Amino acid sequence: MAMTQEEILTGLGEIINEVADIPADQVTPDKNFVDDWDIDSLSMVEIAQAAQDKFGVEIPDEELKNLTTVQDVIDYLHKSDVSA
Amino acid sequence: MRLTEGHAATRILAFGDYQPATIVTNDDLADSLDTSDEWIRSRVGIASRRIAGPDESLADMATAAGGKALAASGLSAGDIDLVVVATCTPEAPIPNVAATVATRLGIAAPGAYDLNAACAGFCYALATASDAVRAGSSRHVLVIGAEKLSQWVDWTDRSTAIIFADGAGAAVVGPVTDPQGTPGIGPVVWGSDGNMADKIFIKDRNSFIVQEGQTVFRWATTALHPVAKRACELAGVDPTELAAFIPHQANLRIVESIARKLGAPQALVADDIVHAGNTSSASIPLALSRMIERGEIGSGEAVLLLGFGAGISYAAQVITVP
Repeated sequence: MAMTQEEILTGLGEIINEVADIPADQVTPDKNFVDDWDIDSLSMVEIAQAAQDKFGVEIPDEELKNLTTVQDVIDYLHKSDVSA
Repeated sequence: MRLTEGHAATRILAFGDYQPATIVTNDDLADSLDTSDEWIRSRVGIASRRIAGPDESLADMATAAGGKALAASGLSAGDIDLVVVATCTPEAPIPNVAATVATRLGIAAPGAYDLNAACAGFCYALATASDAVRAGSSRHVLVIGAEKLSQWVDWTDRSTAIIFADGAGAAVVGPVTDPQGTPGIGPVVWGSDGNMADKIFIKDRNSFIVQEGQTVFRWATTALHPVAKRACELAGVDPTELAAFIPHQANLRIVESIARKLGAPQALVADDIVHAGNTSSASIPLALSRMIERGEIGSGEAVLLLGFGAGISYAAQVITVP
């Protein structure tokens, strides 16, 4: 079942809140993981793994460097989910 | 053909540990590397580590830890008939470290071998020692985890220089002789996956240790808590009954992540890495020995050990504190 961008954003808000203690309502598409929240590479791995568990879409380690904003993650999950 | 008679159950009689005297702080490293105390603490949880002196060998450290465990066990050297040294950082492939350590401790002609399962080495060695006593091929075994990782680290590579360190820990394993006594070493859960051999490795004798940090982190934080839970299940010990959880001290964030998923909120979680660094096969006995010495875990309490690292390989078992 394809997820909407809104559903992905809500899910990411929960994940980022749990991993990095960022309030879920502050998780908006324009946010940059490093510049806005100082989230490091290991926390990105935790976010990717949690997203994989939640959405069933694998985000490989080599892809992480390309995902700098919340919108990047939404796009990646949306694209992979639709093509899956 | 006749066979040896062993023992139904085994236990750990005593622990020992050794750390080299030289302390290297994060500020020391920041003098020559593009890093900082804050950066290192937040990524790996290490504040300082111990590094062996130039004249301090792997065998020196293993002997010191092994001697301490032997003395604390109340046994004499003559009671030990097998010495196993878990290490992945010997100075040379031969001779092995175990025979040298045995001789230095006055243990005459024991079985002696080194075992390489990298950071899981101590749990592997403990399992094989326990099985040797159970099978009757040994009566008392001196098990040592010892590493001199500093000689395999590129001190200009900030991704590894901040992590690895030197040290040794040891345990004496023997039979449970009291018929009413309970087992002190539970069943091991062990495994490996050679598909990930290229994630942590040293290419050859002229190379340094290399690690794919993100991949190892993801594996450690997702694949290992089921191994830890399975070891509890096989031992018949619920995670909520554990007094302590001693995972390999790889990275404090890995330690805390696995601990959260274990379901043992009451258990004391080893954080020896903060001042010991990652000492590979030495980290579990080093942490445990020091926690017992400080009185943080009491005799008879159940403790879960979980080793994991290069190979990749991993092993876990529940033990009872002597």
